[in-house]
Amino acid sequence: MNRKLCLLQNGTSVPRAAVPALSRDEFLDELLSALEQGWRAVSYFGVPEGVFLKLYCLLSSRGDATLGVMSTVVTTRIFPSLVAFAPQLHLFEREIAEQFGVVFEGHPWPKPVRFQNPVATPPGRKPELPERVGIMDFYRVEGSEVHEVAVGPVHAGIIEPGHFRFQCFGEEVLHLEISLGYQHRGIEQMLRGGPHPVTLKQMETVAGDTTVGHGLCYAMNVEALAGARVPARAHAIRGIASELERLANHTGDLGAISGDVGYLPTASFCGRIRGEFLNLTAELCGSRFGRGLLVPGGVNFDVSGELAAKIGQRLLVAREELANAVQLLWDTPSVMARLEGTGEVSEQTAAEIGLVGPAARASGLDRDTRRDHPYGIYSMSQIPVVTAKSGDVYARSLVRWLEIEKSLDFLQEQLAQLPGVAIQYPIGPLGPDRIAIALTEGWRGEICHVALSDERGRFAHYKICDPSFHNWTGLAMALRGAQISDFPLNNKSFNLSYCGVDL
Amino acid sequence: MFKAILARVKQGHRTMRYPDGPIILPERFRGYPLLEAGACPPDCRLCADACPVGAISCAPKLSVDLGKCLFCPDCVEACPHGGISYSTDHRLAVNRREDLLVGAGDEQRLAQALQAKMLKLFGRSLKFRSVVAGGCNGCEADTNVLSTIGWDLGRFGIQFVASPRHADALWVTGPVTEHMREALLLTYEAIPAPKLVVACGACAINGGPFIGSPEVHDGVQDLLPVDLYIPGCPPHPATILDGLLRMLDKIK
Repeated sequence: MNRKLCLLQNGTSVPRAAVPALSRDEFLDELLSALEQGWRAVSYFGVPEGVFLKLYCLLSSRGDATLGVMSTVVTTRIFPSLVAFAPQLHLFEREIAEQFGVVFEGHPWPKPVRFQNPVATPPGRKPELPERVGIMDFYRVEGSEVHEVAVGPVHAGIIEPGHFRFQCFGEEVLHLEISLGYQHRGIEQMLRGGPHPVTLKQMETVAGDTTVGHGLCYAMNVEALAGARVPARAHAIRGIASELERLANHTGDLGAISGDVGYLPTASFCGRIRGEFLNLTAELCGSRFGRGLLVPGGVNFDVSGELAAKIGQRLLVAREELANAVQLLWDTPSVMARLEGTGEVSEQTAAEIGLVGPAARASGLDRDTRRDHPYGIYSMSQIPVVTAKSGDVYARSLVRWLEIEKSLDFLQEQLAQLPGVAIQYPIGPLGPDRIAIALTEGWRGEICHVALSDERGRFAHYKICDPSFHNWTGLAMALRGAQISDFPLNNKSFNLSYCGVDL
Repeated sequence: MFKAILARVKQGHRTMRYPDGPIILPERFRGYPLLEAGACPPDCRLCADACPVGAISCAPKLSVDLGKCLFCPDCVEACPHGGISYSTDHRLAVNRREDLLVGAGDEQRLAQALQAKMLKLFGRSLKFRSVVAGGCNGCEADTNVLSTIGWDLGRFGIQFVASPRHADALWVTGPVTEHMREALLLTYEAIPAPKLVVACGACAINGGPFIGSPEVHDGVQDLLPVDLYIPGCPPHPATILDGLLRMLDKIK
């Protein structure tokens, strides 16, 4: 393999100058040929450099735990789109277009992502202000019997805002278009010149249900830029918090899926047991969501032998109760009839659009950052990856349950053998003019943060990619040909983040 | 069916006795702050400087703005004198913004019951419409938790409903992004009067970790009249429930 990429590993940094700056055509050729050979686009984003725009593409090769990065300078307003050949790039190109006013020639779906103000505007051009949020050219199906259903931004429950536009023929959904941006808080813009004192708090709330997943990515980037080490004990505690986060959310999702097919016993039981996992996280650090636990260089709170034993004991009880609650789903024919065959996403579609996390694994894609690009404790202690075949709501539920079992095994193992004493090492200044890359496997899937430092060692640019950025398209595809009344069930089976995309 | 009944027996009755029984929170939970101004050396500003959102003042006296506070451990870790720490007291909600300013030596202020006329209307049945205005899904998750069997919010006559037309009150989470401002105000308008507004979480009160971002409005206070402020990032479900029950005069 003779790639033009700069190769590096998860959680490391290299000088920015080491990232090859290819010509436009070289860049596009390299990107396409890498994707053809099984690499996957992890992130693809623009960075203003002087008066020019530089595009960075980050690719992942599963087999050898390697990441590759390359760049190209955009000197013209028009740039060729690769979406027709690589659909997994489609939202990345839309994001670059929205942030920098680049026109991706040949993009089949050139629409806003967040309706955000431009990050930078090419010289000599006026900044193009976005339309009001939600105002865009929605795809429409014509026909006398076709009707349109619009939902959101405010939803019926306590749910984040987003707009869904369905094209229906009777009950059948011909197409679902998802328009986000309502949660846009300007996080990446606020990071410029950082890290600031509030930066870690903002990273914990990129998607607040994934506090540990995003917080850890950020901590890894700061550590990589500073060349800092993390004590083994802190790695273990971070792993414990990550898996507790996964347990709480997977359990909540199984309960919510159960509720959406009208099966209340499991919905009720899981709703409570989810709380137990959150309460265990609060035993670690005082916050049910893991706020305040992570810090670059380690963790803020130790786990004593006594606390480890207490958590281990409560996990045993929770495991038994949860197994009992979830088994009801598989044993109840009326539940299984609603889960099986609903919202299918084929393995081919999942691979083409670049799904990640449980949604990808439910469609048969064998990808998990904890194994593919191991970091922290997962470099020492592996968690087996589980996949399913059918790609339907059942598969997405089953994968969650199997992952719960694996996480519980991992937790008992870690709690019984916490290594070392130190939980935090000091962090020095960040190295200047470097690029750091951190990937973690959040409960929704791969989270990617890329940090570029400037000549003073401050953030010149910081790019966040939540797994939902890859996966919202999966929900739209799952709805093709489905009944509109199955939307809530399909939606729960993906349970994607709005704020994680809107940033 | 038989299996479901067996499971029901096994899982047991799990609704907590609160407010009739105590609520046990983890040792490390950070609730109402304990301020010992006597421990502070003159001109020491370590805690105030460590606070990432500027919630702490040292002059004229040591005080914490619970409306801004994220209840993170940074100030406690920065203070070597024991001047600031957090108790496990979850009771934090108040009716007035200024009551969120907690100074050393101050008496703890708690949410007060609604006035008699409003209490007559809402005391036995209060329906909320939730608008998530830029929230991170933390406040939303711990509000949702109240409807699970462990907390069973319905037993107090409180419920979240699917339409503003069915609601008595607006439940706001998030710092109010510019992109959600209009939807928030339209929802408020659509709720029949008289109506209440609850600001749940640091974001909705004052912007939370996003305070100062040009894309957000630093909370709901300049947009709508607020009847109950519930601090926290996110507030613990016990903090939320305590505030609601006090407002409805169900806890004295």
